[in-house]
This record gives sequence, structure tokens and C-alpha cells, in this order.
Amino acid sequence: MLDFIARRLVSIIPVLVVVALFVFFMLRLTPGDPAAVIAGDNATSDQIADIREKLGLNLPIWQQFGIWLGNMLQGNFGESFFFKKTVAELIAQRLEPTLALSVCTLILAVSTAVPLGVIAAYRQGSLLDRVVMGFSVLGFSMPSFVIGYCLIYVFAIELGWLPVQGYTRIGVDFWSFLERIILPSVTLGIIYVALIARITRASILEVLNEDYIRTARAKGLSNRVVLMRHALRNAAVPILTVIGVGIALLIGGAIVTESVFGLPGLGRLTVEAVLSRDFPTIQAVILLFSVVYVLINLLIDIGYTIFDPRIRY
Amino acid sequence: MSATIPEEIVDSAAIASASTRRRSLWALALRNPSVIFGGVILLVMVAIAVLAPVLGTVDPTRIDPASRNKKPGTELTLRLEDGKTMKRVALMGTDSLGRDVYSRVLYGTRVSLIVGVSVAILAVSLGLVIGLVSGYIRWLDGFIMRIMDGLMAIPGILLAIALVSIWRSGLSTVIFAIAVPDTPRVVRLVRSIVLSVREEPYVEGAISVGTPTWLVMFRHILPNTIAPLIVQATFTAAAAILAEAYLSFLGIGIPPETPSWGNIMAEGRTLFRVFPHNILYPGIFIALTVLAINIMGDGLRDTLDPKMSKKV
Amino acid sequence: MANPVLEVRDLTVALPAGADRVNAVEKVSFTVNPGEIVCLVGESGSGKSVIAFTVMGLLAKALKPSSGEILLQGENVLAASEARLRELRCTRMSMIFQEPMTALNPVMTCGDQIDEVLRTHTKLDPAARKAKIIGILKRVQLPEPERIYASFPHQLSGGQRQRIMIAMALVLDPVLLIADEPTTALDVTTQAEILKLIAELQGSQGTGVLFITHDFGVVAEIAHRVAVLRWGELVEMGQTEQILSRPQQGYTRMLISSVPSIHPAHRGVRLDKATVLRTEKLGKTYAGKSFFQKARVVKAAVDVDLDIRRGETLGIVGESGSGKSTVARCIARLIDPTEGRVFLGDTEIATMSAGKLRPHRRRVQIVFQDPYRSMNPRITIGDSIIEGPMNFGLPRNEALARARKLMETVRLDPNSLDRYPHQFSGGQRQRICIARALAMEPELLIADEAVSALDVSVQKQVLELLDEIRQRLNLAVLFITHDLRVAAQICDYVAVMSKGRVVEYGSAEQVFGAPKDEYTKALFAAAPGRNWEFGKFATA
Repeated sequence: MLDFIARRLVSIIPVLVVVALFVFFMLRLTPGDPAAVIAGDNATSDQIADIREKLGLNLPIWQQFGIWLGNMLQGNFGESFFFKKTVAELIAQRLEPTLALSVCTLILAVSTAVPLGVIAAYRQGSLLDRVVMGFSVLGFSMPSFVIGYCLIYVFAIELGWLPVQGYTRIGVDFWSFLERIILPSVTLGIIYVALIARITRASILEVLNEDYIRTARAKGLSNRVVLMRHALRNAAVPILTVIGVGIALLIGGAIVTESVFGLPGLGRLTVEAVLSRDFPTIQAVILLFSVVYVLINLLIDIGYTIFDPRIRY
Repeated sequence: MSATIPEEIVDSAAIASASTRRRSLWALALRNPSVIFGGVILLVMVAIAVLAPVLGTVDPTRIDPASRNKKPGTELTLRLEDGKTMKRVALMGTDSLGRDVYSRVLYGTRVSLIVGVSVAILAVSLGLVIGLVSGYIRWLDGFIMRIMDGLMAIPGILLAIALVSIWRSGLSTVIFAIAVPDTPRVVRLVRSIVLSVREEPYVEGAISVGTPTWLVMFRHILPNTIAPLIVQATFTAAAAILAEAYLSFLGIGIPPETPSWGNIMAEGRTLFRVFPHNILYPGIFIALTVLAINIMGDGLRDTLDPKMSKKV
Repeated sequence: MANPVLEVRDLTVALPAGADRVNAVEKVSFTVNPGEIVCLVGESGSGKSVIAFTVMGLLAKALKPSSGEILLQGENVLAASEARLRELRCTRMSMIFQEPMTALNPVMTCGDQIDEVLRTHTKLDPAARKAKIIGILKRVQLPEPERIYASFPHQLSGGQRQRIMIAMALVLDPVLLIADEPTTALDVTTQAEILKLIAELQGSQGTGVLFITHDFGVVAEIAHRVAVLRWGELVEMGQTEQILSRPQQGYTRMLISSVPSIHPAHRGVRLDKATVLRTEKLGKTYAGKSFFQKARVVKAAVDVDLDIRRGETLGIVGESGSGKSTVARCIARLIDPTEGRVFLGDTEIATMSAGKLRPHRRRVQIVFQDPYRSMNPRITIGDSIIEGPMNFGLPRNEALARARKLMETVRLDPNSLDRYPHQFSGGQRQRICIARALAMEPELLIADEAVSALDVSVQKQVLELLDEIRQRLNLAVLFITHDLRVAAQICDYVAVMSKGRVVEYGSAEQVFGAPKDEYTKALFAAAPGRNWEFGKFATA
């Protein structure tokens, strides 16, 4: 088991190296002097020279990469000249809304999507199945910000049940937090529900064709038991995989949703950083999101062993 | 033998019904209700894009301070260049610069379809070439796949945002930035097909009658990738249209004066509470287009590539 | 005699519209008595499995029983409700399946899966259930029942899994056991053990068994009575001895005489002919790479020495995993051997580079097992056949002329060259594959389980064709098979392989007549129906 985890850990190293190389070279690919790009438009030539020194821009490129990677590994993401703060501080400030949004969305989405998918598979071809599948295709096809604005229009403007925009920190006022996180989570959750419901249905239908399902029926088990005890657990691995891969969608969706609902999170930070060409921040955010994404999928990989005893060695 | 329908019966039934299976498969796809439904909507969209100038539109970039923020259905007086005036009903209202939303939405169809088609073609052809190389040249495989894994580790929209931030924003930058994150998926698909078809006895048979590698590739392996790639291309196009809208909506996509659905909605954000039509109409168009492509893709997948329909 | 446990009366099962016939099963009637094993025999498409699934009520939705009755101890199961059927399953009737590898749920322990039967159908407390399960695991002769109880299916061998299935089926002492080809996916030695186990258990409990098989060897081994099916209809039924030695119907007669004899035909001794193929210490080792563990090394083939002369057939016989296919694929250079040498005439090809090898590819041709996957479905059979000759510079016209001739050789219509593979049956496709191989005018023809996927009557024709071609073209043939009967009929020389090594090698008469190696002896002893001489009918 430990051996398995160790091997999985080792296997993500090349992936992270490629990500790091991309993020590093991103800055070098932009037209112009990297130091000038980092310093921004209003920088003095002293500031630029200072940055040149820190980045080691006079050294060969692989040494520059070494210096940069060393800094990143120590959590030294550089300084945002636009926000006039270190990037690490900036990220720490903006972490909570994004984390809250993602967790709420995940809970909401998984708890609705899996039952929907199971029911759709169980009643394959019925009206219910078609409604769920139709909803799922629609969920894929609507831009999440359009969904967001529709929800705002109905629940915040017309009905006035929930606030339009904004964020309250969870520690400050929990109810206010909940009121403000619910619409963004539903908005972001819809595409995720669509994805997971679809894969749940598809994997269960596939499992239902397996020989051991026939064996289970031959034992005289009821359809419900066959579905819940035999089919669902065997379908768990592909469902988990898609939940993991879907984290990428979640991150992408968070960037847009935070903009719609004015949540001061990392997604909003990313957009602000791109608009102001604040490269140290852009680099740090990409690196952070990618590492989180890779680590979550690593955890899911390890999680497979709980559901499938064959993956244990 | 394990199935309850004996193999021989099913097999001969298939022989009876399909004398030329290949061709009838495509015919079958074109008769699939999902494909027809999605295809018809898509054709309408293509017609709108092509015929935009003659569908009662005005210059979509024309700014008119006199008629800013008009609700849909308002009658406007337009001042033409030769000094005459004409009355015109703004079907979808105007935006905060007085531009005609109806005209912008119709012209926006062009941008979205161009983005969808270009990204699909770019991602699929890049992915096909890299995937074939990776699947067939074993010593390059590890290297290529590590790079693909790395690219896939960066969430798609984020990677597109990063790429856009490197270069000047513009239509071709956006197309490229959206295509790059989609490419590794195609590479993996092509590679997995190549790897599994390589093991087929008929490929081994071809090798043992001395068929050169490149010919094995083109005659026996490549045709197997066509159907899955067409299916993949439709889904890629749908996702690309959405991605363009996301980028433009965030203000980091196509330059704001260009009429694209995402730009219209980005412009309408600030006054959304009072004038929701700026988001509503392009929203309907984008949802309808993407829905049509997705439904068509589902239909194509079910008929052309039934094995894949089990994986999302 | 007591009342039958199973009585099938005029059963008809309809096929969905568009199939090649109206009914999968038509007006079939038979009975199974307590303590009796009734075999349903037939080739593929005979409807034998459909009958089994109909009895259990597990038929695919597309198939519908349209008339007749199935009486289980007098109760018509066709009229029973779904709930009643569930009650009957595993308590009065049980079923075991062909594929033990996939028939058990991979994420539940074997004990839990048997326990589920008891929890569903009995009110026993956990301790009593556990005791009962351990008991039945002992009865199916599984070692260390406690360990097996806690094991997952993937930790067990195929034979052990089939024992678990049997335990599950018999734990509540049903009156009827339906066995659908339960030994077909197993190796011959395991098959013998499972057959023995089924016979013992049903004998001691008086269980009636409906046994579905395509193999007359198994029939001779286990059946009390036999029903022969063809195209969904019952051809004839009778006592095993009577059906095997005095069949009344021509079809039965044809079927039984198609079963190859296990006694090798006398084929003459080795004359001084030119050696076509010789291997020296041929070996193939697979090494898995791993950072943390020691590399896992699998020796698929070790020190294999073989030689084949012109006009001779050498058979390699072995169970699955014995390395017989590995050897064949090394010789055809579809995989690269890791040790030893392969001489084709005087040319050493084992270490030759891919580029240099290409001209020599012509000389060795291979026919594969699965007729459905051995030809590219997208190109016509004509293009498949001429692909090779055209690779070696033959103009298209001449290649096509050669293909037409070869179609005649393999007794197919030369005018069908522009058809696609799916328009042919399995046996026909295998003939086309032979034609494709012969188009290269090879010196050595490798047949890798080339007749294993075919029905016995088709198998006989293809075997005869192969042998005729060998004689006419004076070909050297390497014949890979797991089927001892087939090997006995077609091979001049036989190599028996086990765990990657050749354990016995000699003329067919010598190896079959007086085996020396222990493994070979065990293998032959396990061959089902070895004491029966098929096709020697008593004059009726």
C-alpha cells in the first residue's frame, strides 16, 4: 500500500516539472524584457535593474530556471508590482472565497448528480431518464455566467430572496456567508452535475451488462439490491475519475463565477492579474491551481483502492 | 456464447441487413434524429452567419450616443451618412454605446462559428499527428506523453488565459489559446486507438505479409481514428464556442469592439439589473448553438462509435 | 421413477424481428429427472444457452418465450411472477456460467457473495451462515476455506472461481443445477476436476443437472442422457451410450464423426527432407520495470529447440500460459525473442533488424485464432489477399489472378473477392486467412489455434483443407493448439509445452501412445471422453 502511494507520488513529478517549465517560459515568451514586463508600466529603471538582478537574467537560461524554481519551492512567489504586495500575501488573502465556493459546489453537485445518474440508469429509456439526460446536455451547453445572471435575476432581483453579489467571510457572519455562497455554488454546480450525472448513468449501464450482474440476478436478488450493492460500487471508479478530472472545470468555472458574483477569490485575482499584466501573480496562480489539481487527482487515485481491491499492490 | 443471444444468429442477421456496412453506418448517422435535430439548428446558425448583412442589420460597430440603452422593441431614428434619417425598430435594444444588439448578435454568430470550427480543426489535426507519432514511435512516446500530461494538469480555461496573456489578444490568439488545452485529449484518444489496433490480428497479419510501417499506419490504423475524431471534433467545437465566450466575457478574449457573443455580454454586465437583454439574447443564441452541436455530437457518437458512448 | 425436477414442454422462444430465423428455440420438449445429468449439445446458434436462460428467467429482453411450459417440480416458471422467480433462484434452481473470471463481483469477497444468497433466502444468524459457507467451501474441495472466504475473486485461479460459483449455486441444495458450458473457459486438467466435482455433488444430493456444452468429449464423460439441438430444434434425445454409438439422425451422426480421434493417425516416418525451420535455445523473457520493487520477470519461453522439415506438421500442445503462442509469435517475429536463434533455412532471423527482415517475412505466414479479427473489416477480402504479393512487387492484375486461384484452392467462390469480411461466416473467414497466407508462397505456415474458435463440423473441414494444402504444396506447418484431439489428427510431430518449456517432444504416435513425462501423462489423462472412440458407430 505504502509502496503504491510512493509510486503514485513519484509519477506526478514529471507532470509538475512540465507545468513548472511552462509557467517559467511563459514570461520569457512574452515580447519584451521580462524584468520590464514584471515591473509594470510605471516602473523606474532602478526597479527594473533590481529585478534583473534578482531573477539572474544575465545568467544562462537553465540557471535562471533553477533560481526561479528554488524560489517557488520556498513559497517565494515574488512581488506583485500592481497590487504592491508579495504574491504570497495576495494569495493568502484571496484563498477563502475560492475554497468555500469549490467545497460547497462539490458537495452540492456530487450529492445531487450521483442519485440522478443512478435513477436515470435504473429507469433507462423512461421519461425521467430522458429529462435527466436532457438537463445534462443543456447544462453542458449554457455558459455558466448566463446561468448565473438568470439566477441573480430570478432569486435576487425579482424575488429578492438572496443578495445579488458580494461575499462575507465565514468567520464574520455564517448566515450572511451562506446567503451569498448559495447562488454561486448552484451556478458553478450545474455543469458539474451535468457531467457527473452523465458518467454515473453511463458507468452503471455498462456495469449492468457484466457477467457478475447476471450472477447476482441468478442468486435471486432484487433489482434494487443488484443496483445498489453490485452495480454502484463497481461503477464508483469511473465516477471518481470524472469527479477528479472535473476539478479542472470547477477551477475554470470558479474564475468566471467569481467575476459574476463579485467574490474576491483567486479566480477574480487571476482575471485582474491578466488584465493588468501582473506576471508574478499570473505565474503563481497557474502553478497553485495546477498543483492542487494534480494533488486532488493523486488522492483520488489512491482512493480507488477503497472501491476496487484489484488496484492494491 | 456468454450472451443470451447466440452469436451466430446475431452475426447472420447483421449480414442480411447490411451488405455494405461502412457506407450504411454514415447513412445511419445522417438518419439519427439527434443528428438531424442538431444539424438543422446548426444550419440555421450558419445561414444567419452568412446572411447577417441582409437580415435587416446595421453596422454592428456603429456607435450612436443618441440611442444608448434602449429596451428591445424601441423605435429609433438613424442618421445615415448622406444626412437622411430613417426609422428602425431595435429588436433586441441597444447597448450602452448605442450599438444595435440585434446586429451585434447576428454578426457575433460569425465569430463563434469561426472559433468553433477553427479550434476543432486545429486541435484535432495537431492531436492526430502527435498521437500517431506517439503511438507508433515508441521511444518518443514517453517524452510526448509527459508533456501532454503536464499540459493536462493545467486546467483548460486557465491555460487558455495564460496563453492569451502572453500574446496580444485577437481572434487568432484566442483560437490558438483554446485549441492548445484541447489537443492533449485528442492525442490521448488517437494514441489509445493506435495502441489497441496495433494488437489486432489483422494488423499483425499485414505486418507478416511484409507491409511497410507507413502503409500499415495509413491503410489499417488511421481509418479507425476517423469516426472517433469526428465525434471528438464536434464536442471540441462546442466547448470552444463556450470558451471564447468565457474569455471575452472576462475581457481577455477578442477585442471588445468586435461583435462576439461574449463581448456583447461583457458589455452588458454593468447595467445588467436594468437592461438584462444585453445578456439574455446572446445567451440564448450561444446556448442554442452549443446545445445543437452537443446533441449532434451525441447522435454521431451513438451511431459511429458506440464503444465510446460508454465513456461520457 | 420419481417425478422429473424439470419438464420442458413445447418451448418456443421468439427472436427479435430482423434476425435470420423466427425462433431461437422451437417446440423443444425434454425432462430432467432427480439425480440425472442431461446434456444439451449443439453448435453455436443451436439455441442451447437460450433454453438454459429461459428456465432461469434470465433471458435478454429482446427474446420472448412465445409458447410452451417449463415445469420446475410441477410449477410453471414461465407463468411465475418476477418475485416468485427470485424466490426460486438458488433455492430450487441454480445456474453456473461459462466465464468464471467475470462471473464473480470483483469488489466483494467470495464469502460475502455466498453469504448474500443465505441472507436473501434464509433467516439464519451470521454464525450459522458462516458455518454453512465454510461447509460448502469444504464440499467443493477448496483448500483453506477460511482464507478463501475472505479472498477477492482476482486472488483465485479460474478453477477455484468456478468452485466458488458451484458452492454458491449449491449452498441451498437446489433440485436443479443448470451449467452453461462451465468448463469451456478452463484448461483441460482443471476441466477434468470440475467435471468430477459436479458429478460427485449431484450424485450425493440427487440434484438434477441440465448441462449445456458443445463438446462431445464432455458429453461422454458426464451425461446420463443427451439432447442434440440444431437451429433451435431438438434433433434427437436418448441415453448417452445410445446417442454416441447408435445415433438415429444424420445430423447427429455427422456431428459425432466430426470429433477428431485422440489416437494419432499413422502418417509415415520422417524421410530425409530439407529442414525449413530450426530454433536453438529460443527464449522470451518479459521484464516489468519498477522503481521500488524488484523487476518482475516472466519467462514466457525457455530453451525451446524445435525443427520442422518440408511437408511436415509440428504441433505445439499446451495449456494456457504454457508459452506455445509466444514461441509461434517469436518465430513469425511478431515479437522479438530475447534469447536463442531461429533459422529459416540457413538464414538466422531472430536477431535480424526490421529492415533486413522484411524480405524474409514472405517465407513465414501465420493464421490466427479469431476469424472475426484477423481481417481488416474496412477492405475487401481481395485487397487483403493481394496486399502481401503487391508488397513484394507483383502487379495488381497478377496478384488478383493468384487470389482467384487461391480462392478455389480453399473452396470459396473466386467471384466474391470484392466482398467484405463481415459477409462471410467464421469458417469461411478462416479459409480466406489461409488463402492470404498462401498468396505469399511461404515455406512455413503457422496456425495459431486456427481452428479453436470454430464449431466442430467446420473445424473438421478446415483441418482437412489445411492437411490437403500441406501435402500438395509440400509445406512445413507449425500447428499451435490446446486441443489434444486436433493435435493427434493433424501432427506428425508433437512438442508438449508447460510453463515456457518443452517437456516432451517426439513423433505423434510416440508422444500420444507412450508419454514419458509426468505432465504429459496428466494432460492426456484429463482429456474428456478419452475412452470413447467417436464416429465408430454400431451398425443400427
